[in-house]
Amino acid sequence: MEKLGKQTIKFNTPPTILECSSIVGPKEGQGPLSKYFDQCLTDEFWGEKTWEKAESKIIKETINLAINKSGIATTNIDYCFAGDLLNQCISSSFGIRDLSIPFFGVFGACSTFVEGMSLAAICTEAVASNVLCATSSHFCSAEKQFRFPLELGNQRPPSAQWTVTGSGAAIISKEGTGPYITNITTGKIVDMGISDANNMGAAMAPAFVDTLVTHFLDTGRNPSYYDLILSGDLGYVGKDIAIDIAKNQGYNIKSNYNDCGVLIFDKNAQDTHSGGSGCACCASVFSGYIFKQLQSKKIKKVLLIATGALMNSMSVQQGETIPGIAHAISIEL
Amino acid sequence: MNPIESQETYKQYVDKKSPNSPILKNCFNAFWVGGLICTIGQIIFNICQERQIDETSCGTIVSIILIGISAFLTGLNIFNKIGKFAGAGSLIPITGFANSIVSPAMEYKSEGYVMGVGGKMFTVAGPVLVFGISASIIVGLIYIIFNTQSITLV
Repeated sequence: MEKLGKQTIKFNTPPTILECSSIVGPKEGQGPLSKYFDQCLTDEFWGEKTWEKAESKIIKETINLAINKSGIATTNIDYCFAGDLLNQCISSSFGIRDLSIPFFGVFGACSTFVEGMSLAAICTEAVASNVLCATSSHFCSAEKQFRFPLELGNQRPPSAQWTVTGSGAAIISKEGTGPYITNITTGKIVDMGISDANNMGAAMAPAFVDTLVTHFLDTGRNPSYYDLILSGDLGYVGKDIAIDIAKNQGYNIKSNYNDCGVLIFDKNAQDTHSGGSGCACCASVFSGYIFKQLQSKKIKKVLLIATGALMNSMSVQQGETIPGIAHAISIEL
Repeated sequence: MNPIESQETYKQYVDKKSPNSPILKNCFNAFWVGGLICTIGQIIFNICQERQIDETSCGTIVSIILIGISAFLTGLNIFNKIGKFAGAGSLIPITGFANSIVSPAMEYKSEGYVMGVGGKMFTVAGPVLVFGISASIIVGLIYIIFNTQSITLV
């Protein structure tokens, strides 16, 4: 493990992403990526009484699925890094409480999945053999906490995004034959003064470009090095802005760049406005779709940059601007 | 121009870049759905008058029926679809007020009947009540001050 430039770590013995799993809600199950997910639920409650319980169950089952698929005994998993969007990260801590794996709760808003994977990679390089990462989000519990009750008859602006219901989990191991996590670039907070909570894409896009450019400067790579550059949940609005700003900084990413929030829903048929968002957006798209593309060697080099808006409903009401953050990991075969 | 040169330039750039709400379409839908709700109210009113009910009671009956229908449709997961389509058209009449009370009551039922339903029921409608009642008090005071003669007539 060595530090490159300002914000990047390069792994000398790169950890492997051993196995991934994903469970998503009904709306995601009707989306274009449905066949890649391990399980698509038919009911947002999944037999539970509250949205919060349902979300905990989703992350718990996703973790169990990842552990089963990997064939590693639960006792051989050294650490778990998990987080979500609900206050004090209750979905992950409640979901994980029965597993008895040493647990680090992490919060980076929608960037949590990659933040967890970055920490897991450092952890495997240092001491651990197997580390688990997971995140979840739930449309209904997120709406309840951040916006309005579901039954309220209001309209959403076109720049608003749709929180993904679901969860993604990954097991990162010291031993393995890839895909490898070769570099991580930890982002710094970038706040460009956007205070509209219905335009998260615009609030996070500058942070995405900041991390992207820093990654290229630190590693000496350029956009064409990667088969795919994937942002977490910038949505249509944020994606457009990100391409623009990156071009302005001298990096043309238009040809191999996409966004998980854009991929997961069919914008026109599913009425999701600017696309998906939430901790599960990046987690489920990576664990479901991208990981399978890597396994089948359809793509070989991916730069995954999860973006997060570090706000809560109170800060928005108090008129605070929205600080954005983005964490990058490069995954190579 | 570099959009992220400063927060100011970025805000202007984002405003230009973000899609606008379809205002004309929204206004049109709000107009006809809002009009339809009011027409339904008027029909109920006329039926009541036909049955020799006095005007004040007619108004009360209209409100009760519209609130009842709106609360019922909220419970059936239909009102939010109407609201999404019609916007202010269904939100501004008394139907929107009923929806804004029933929807948090449903949402927060999981936190119990006292602190959940009871405590959170007015989270959306609360501001409307506070400022609505405050405004009516102020108007009432102005009425008393400037129209002392007719007070006895009321």
